[in-house]
Amino acid sequence: MSPSRKIRVLIAKPGLDGHDRGAKVVARALRDAGMEVIYTGLRQTPEMIVRAAIDESVDVIGLSILSGAHMALFPRVMELLRKEGADDILVIGGGIIPEDDIPELKKHGIAEIFGPGTPLDEIVDYIRKHVKV
Amino acid sequence: MKMVDEEERREIQSALEAWEKGPVAKTVSRFPERREAFATPSGITVKRLYTPLDVDSLKYNRDLGFPGAYPFTRGVQPTMYRGRLWTMRQYSGFATARETNERFRYLLEQGQTGLSVAFDLPTQIGYDSDHPMARGEVGKVGVAIDSLADMEVLFDSIPLDRVSTSMTINAPAAVLLAMYIAVAEKQGVPMEKLRGTIQNDILKEYVARGTYIFPPQESMRLITDIFKFCSEKMPLWNTISISGYHIREAGSTAVQEVAFTLADGIAYVQAAIDAGLDVDKFASRLSFFFGSHSNFFEEVAKFRAARRLWARIMRERFGAREDRSCRMRFHTQTAGCTLTAQQPENNVVRVTLQALQAVLGGTQSLHTNSRDEALSLPTEESVRIALRTQQIIAFETGVTDTVDPLAGSYFIESLTDEIERRAMEYIKKIDEMGGAPRAIEKGFIQREITQSAYEHQRLVDSGERVVVGVNKFVIEEGHTFDYMRVDPEAERRQIERVRSVRASRDQSAVDDALAALRAAAEGTDNLMPFILDAVRAYATLGEICDVLRGVFGEYRAPDVL
Amino acid sequence: MRVEDLVRGVLEGKRRPLARLITMIENEDPQASEALRLLYRHTGRAHIIGITGPPGSGKSTLVTRMTAEYRRRGRTVGIVAVDPSSPFSGGALLGDRIRMQEHSLDEGVFVRSMGTRGHLGGIARATSDVVRAIDASGKDVIIVETVGAGQSEVEIIDIAHTVVVVDVPGSGDDIQAIKAGIMEIADIFVVNKMDLPGADRKVSEINAMLDLDQKMGEWRPPVLLTNGRTGEGVPELVDKIDEHMVFLRESGLLEEKGLQRSRDELHQIMEYRLTRELLQHLRGRPEYERAIKMIAQRHDDPYSVAQRLIAEFLVELSRSGGGDEDGG
Repeated sequence: MSPSRKIRVLIAKPGLDGHDRGAKVVARALRDAGMEVIYTGLRQTPEMIVRAAIDESVDVIGLSILSGAHMALFPRVMELLRKEGADDILVIGGGIIPEDDIPELKKHGIAEIFGPGTPLDEIVDYIRKHVKV
Repeated sequence: MKMVDEEERREIQSALEAWEKGPVAKTVSRFPERREAFATPSGITVKRLYTPLDVDSLKYNRDLGFPGAYPFTRGVQPTMYRGRLWTMRQYSGFATARETNERFRYLLEQGQTGLSVAFDLPTQIGYDSDHPMARGEVGKVGVAIDSLADMEVLFDSIPLDRVSTSMTINAPAAVLLAMYIAVAEKQGVPMEKLRGTIQNDILKEYVARGTYIFPPQESMRLITDIFKFCSEKMPLWNTISISGYHIREAGSTAVQEVAFTLADGIAYVQAAIDAGLDVDKFASRLSFFFGSHSNFFEEVAKFRAARRLWARIMRERFGAREDRSCRMRFHTQTAGCTLTAQQPENNVVRVTLQALQAVLGGTQSLHTNSRDEALSLPTEESVRIALRTQQIIAFETGVTDTVDPLAGSYFIESLTDEIERRAMEYIKKIDEMGGAPRAIEKGFIQREITQSAYEHQRLVDSGERVVVGVNKFVIEEGHTFDYMRVDPEAERRQIERVRSVRASRDQSAVDDALAALRAAAEGTDNLMPFILDAVRAYATLGEICDVLRGVFGEYRAPDVL
Repeated sequence: MRVEDLVRGVLEGKRRPLARLITMIENEDPQASEALRLLYRHTGRAHIIGITGPPGSGKSTLVTRMTAEYRRRGRTVGIVAVDPSSPFSGGALLGDRIRMQEHSLDEGVFVRSMGTRGHLGGIARATSDVVRAIDASGKDVIIVETVGAGQSEVEIIDIAHTVVVVDVPGSGDDIQAIKAGIMEIADIFVVNKMDLPGADRKVSEINAMLDLDQKMGEWRPPVLLTNGRTGEGVPELVDKIDEHMVFLRESGLLEEKGLQRSRDELHQIMEYRLTRELLQHLRGRPEYERAIKMIAQRHDDPYSVAQRLIAEFLVELSRSGGGDEDGG
């Protein structure tokens, strides 16, 4: 790994909810862990997220959602990534996601779900461990 | 509080010093205290002991006074809960109007005294259920309302002259208010009899909650139009609920919650005055909304400080003549962000304490969260426990039997003072920037909130701030909860519904009403009557908002991180 | 992916290969140089515009509005938004995309966020290569947005044909907002947020400063008013930017600047390569270490030693035909 190599992460909020506290706090933590974090803002469609991920060549996409629309939107993101041949990107999720939904989301290719109360370092470590560099 | 004269002051001072040097020093040398220094989450130092010396500068009549009178530190009504208890108001709404109507009727049967409507996100952002952006969101966090037809079902068999209804709606508040008026008309209830609240607080949407549609200036116009309309036609309606709750949920401290909420309040009052309204004509219908967080005394003091500071702002800054214009009435919700997904039963205890704080702080209405809300929407059983929590406080504990029972506590009064002082400092800073809308545009408020949120998370991660079950007293657990699930078919049904409404209405009446609304939006007329006409013709929420989007444009968030 | 495939993809205007190449450039991947070598002949077509100004001057919003205007005029746009990396962690929070959502699905727009990363050659070197890659992919206009703080604003002049300096009315310490250094690089001034009080005063202040400028050439930077929120004044800004390009072309400055730039770049590359190869040649040789010791003990001086080592290296280089190894 060249010394200037940085892990690039897209933090995206799919759906319509405006609760971006978690997204912003995670974004800061990743920055403080030396990563480059691209934040997209609210109300992102899966199409917008995938486009941003490709243009920005990110290693990781972090999806944060609290509205309950994850079962509709997360799989759609994965589907579009596959269509674009960009499914090598590590996709993780967070927010309010009932435990029962997690196996189904993983089946669609979401690598991990970080629920409320996850320590920031756990997310940082997970990314460092799973991004192929 | 001038509880002591000069001589007694000196006596206390020397006794205090002797105590510090004697018994305290001795004890601390053998058993050090748990921490070097203690502080509230707002960063206010908490001393070992509070004495009359700490409230020395308080003047009782000036700073505390009597309940129901300026500066309202001790409460907004003379008898408070001895007269009437707070309104127990559980925020609810999910899926379709039919299902929410059933939940409402259940809650009223259970002894709830006011309704609180949660709308789904497409409704809050002014999209009809069949809009592409609404996909997956219909009926998820609240009820989907597309047109008057849905509103009719939502309040079916609920007499609107006998309940008060709070609607958590902001950017399209005018439209939902118009629908409520129209439903009442059909029930034969005139609008001057309607009681309730619309949240209608757009500024906090820009900083903390995110359901904005239009740019600030145009949003402020809609808000002042509502103020004007209601001051003439709906004397019992609360035209705005200036909300600190979401600012707090976004991560602010208690001091910031007070400061930013009141700064927003100042902006609304100023806008209404600038639009030509007399402050005493509308100010008494302003209401507030706060969170009740974890730190017990800081929260109680926060409510008291906010009340006093607002009274002073209204009188000193805006020259309000009437006492009732200076009276801060507020709703409280226990803090959703303190709920843990781990050991969710513990949340019942958290909610109990937070609800007690709100009552000791003199709230006018209260929502208690359900234990499972960190996991999903609450089940009926969880909602019932949450409501019972309020009822236990109200009927079993006796805390309601005297007004403002914590007043006069050296600690509480000192904290109340300090919170007011620190909040005022923030407000001054925001004034220097040109007021809340400018401070938001510059990203100042957002950055302050995010910084506090980040610091909080760091403290939790390091274990310095304990969250039971999360970073201490952790157990291995398998979740045994039943999750409340929104029927996935609800979205499809709602889409069909809005389409059939569009197909069956008098289209030319809709077109005319929307054209008239467009013309009014381009001019300066009050928009409320035009929106009311459009609603009555069964124009949909999305259609009405699209007309306004066309004229007003849409808000783009600044890139604040 | 093979470099040839990557290059072909970029030339065909595909997003993924372009995005990947940019990552390689940012990571100082040796293969990036090879790709840039192959792409070089296909660059030089885009109009490169630098936008700089103090934080809070509304640059991103303005860039979004300009992009919309270019798209209306049928031109494709690349945007490079540069934000400072944290000096502590080396990480960065890049939020410019928040502003640019309305173009987020437009095939004719490519947006890339960059952290400054403390590149050895300053932001200019990496950014210039990134811009070159986007240029090769066929975008008509490339807008480089940098925060006007510290070095980066001055370096923008090394990259852009046209530099737009953005400021807002009444930013208090006016002179501090538009510092002397940044004054000199502007081809166009924009007073954004023209609806705020003091906009006209700001315009006269800038004009007054321009009146004092002794070194000004034929092009006097115009001072424009815009409102990024409503888009007011943006078509005029885009007109002026076009006008500036015409001026550069007709005055011969474009060619002159191009020559100067090629000269500077060639110098830079040669200097870098020579230094690197010289050091590679010397590294670990016992006589090199001995020479250093001699200097330290004052038995020799660094001036003579440097001269001798370079001379020896050049002789060796000419004998071997040397330095065909790629990279850098």
